[in-house]
Amino acid sequence: MSEAFQPVLLKRCGKNTTVGIDAYLADGGYQGLKNALAKQPGEVTQTVIDSGLRGRGGAGFSTGTKWTFLPKGHPGPIYLCVNGDESEPGTFNNRVLIEEDPHQVLEGLVIAGYAIGASTSYFYLRYEYGRGYRALEKAIGEMYSRNLLGKNILGSGYSLDIHLHRGAGAYICGEETGLIESLEGKRAWPRIKPPFPAVEGAFRKPTIVNNIETLACVTHILDRGPDWFKTIGIPKDPNNPRDGGSYGPKLYCISGHVNKPGLVELPLGVTARELIDNYAGGVWKGRKAKAVVPGGISMGFLSAAELDTPLDFNGPGKVGCLGLGTAAVIVIDDQTSMVDVLYNTCRFFAHESCGQCTPCREGTAWSTKILKRIREGQGTMADLKTLDDISKTIGIMPGTTICGLADGAAWPIKNALQKFRPELEEFIQTGRRSDLREVALAH
Amino acid sequence: MSVLSESIKQRIREHFDRYPSKQAVTLPALHMVQQELRCVPAGAIEEIAELLELSPAQVYDTMSFYGFFRDEDKPLGKRRVWICRSLPCMLRGGDELLAEVCDRLHITPGGNAKNDQVTIELAECLGACEMAPCMLIEDEVHPAIDADHVLQVAEGKS
Repeated sequence: MSEAFQPVLLKRCGKNTTVGIDAYLADGGYQGLKNALAKQPGEVTQTVIDSGLRGRGGAGFSTGTKWTFLPKGHPGPIYLCVNGDESEPGTFNNRVLIEEDPHQVLEGLVIAGYAIGASTSYFYLRYEYGRGYRALEKAIGEMYSRNLLGKNILGSGYSLDIHLHRGAGAYICGEETGLIESLEGKRAWPRIKPPFPAVEGAFRKPTIVNNIETLACVTHILDRGPDWFKTIGIPKDPNNPRDGGSYGPKLYCISGHVNKPGLVELPLGVTARELIDNYAGGVWKGRKAKAVVPGGISMGFLSAAELDTPLDFNGPGKVGCLGLGTAAVIVIDDQTSMVDVLYNTCRFFAHESCGQCTPCREGTAWSTKILKRIREGQGTMADLKTLDDISKTIGIMPGTTICGLADGAAWPIKNALQKFRPELEEFIQTGRRSDLREVALAH
Repeated sequence: MSVLSESIKQRIREHFDRYPSKQAVTLPALHMVQQELRCVPAGAIEEIAELLELSPAQVYDTMSFYGFFRDEDKPLGKRRVWICRSLPCMLRGGDELLAEVCDRLHITPGGNAKNDQVTIELAECLGACEMAPCMLIEDEVHPAIDADHVLQVAEGKS
């Protein structure tokens, strides 16, 4: 089935150019918006609920249902924020979408804005995506000149303005309330929820925050209908009433130790092994995979024995990973030390912890220090116990932090201790040292 | 004597009608100032605060949260090059590349070299993992092939 799959989201991508408004319209673009504007806003939301679309940013919550959390009959303003702070290690699909086919994303944005009654949209984009920023800036200008933005869009009576807002290099701005704080001109400290942004978000007004790939999916759902979307992917498990299914196409990012790193679009549910062997040219240098990150480093690791796990919303969780995350697959070959890998993930989260909650700020720094000691040949077996304790006590799940960054920091540690413990023990007991060079920092 | 030119101040004011609060213009204002002055001097913080009707402490609080901005003690060189060390880049030599580039320029990450022609920074995931190891030159991502390539870029030869 996946062999025959025709890309939808990447249909116009991969040509190293940006699709302009004329080419986009000539290819049937903005039909989804026209279809949406012919419906009542509530019908648009229902269409998205019926499609089964779940957010592509990492949490996998039903997009249409999220829209219904706005207070009914609110006098406004209601804001639509786009989360373009993509920075989960391994993830780059949003960058490709906005650089190469920005109108596909912006069409979904206007549809979403119409459904929720937003008058203003803030497109929060990480600073590092300068090329994408300029592509969006140009596309937004083209939309205003064609009455696809601004007052009375296509004669519908609906008006919307979009403002691009650039970040300044902080992973935590991808957390939706951190993003809102950052947009407001403050440090990006996530907020305690409730209230959720739908009730009290940007500038204390009802706000919906959506991911870029999610909005691109909305475009196609309004163009082709929810039934079409449901023909793709993995249906909901009839034995699990809480399962919402894994419908639609998904952008899988493949990086690390493969011959052909890149971006592929496939129905949700492809396995890590299929991605590596059929779409990424196999593991490099004729080696084997030792571990695979299923969806950004926050999700933990699949072991070599778990590569046939379907990468849908349920698969990674069944083998102890945190979830599908961003579907960013990072392949780690059998010549790589898991001590180096774990040190890298711990260092990342220590660097990116916003510092607001003590368990996260201290726990990420502490685990990094322990891994540094282990990689320098000074580790003890007691260190593994301490790492285990830290990984079980930082995060939303144990209830000690405001946001999920610490859960993401804890998961690679938990999975490494569960799935690669003999290797970690052997490293410590033989007093080995890592041969990976790290630059000395001046502090 | 004003630190900010009238043209920057005008561009900052032009952002006001995009947001319901002037404080939301903090990041755009900091970006504009650093782009032009290669740092955000204390005097500029005061002037931004005055424009946004904030206290300078509020502006500095935000500015210091984002590792992106420099104060006047540590201005950026002419070209800022970030080398990524997050997992996908680390697996393909990002850490070693960063170390070699810093060694050859006799600096540590964050430092300026070549008579302030270049600043080398370490980056966490730049979102260009298919190019790993990758680098960011000002605000555009590129593959970083090896240290020679990075140094050529740093010197503006590539």
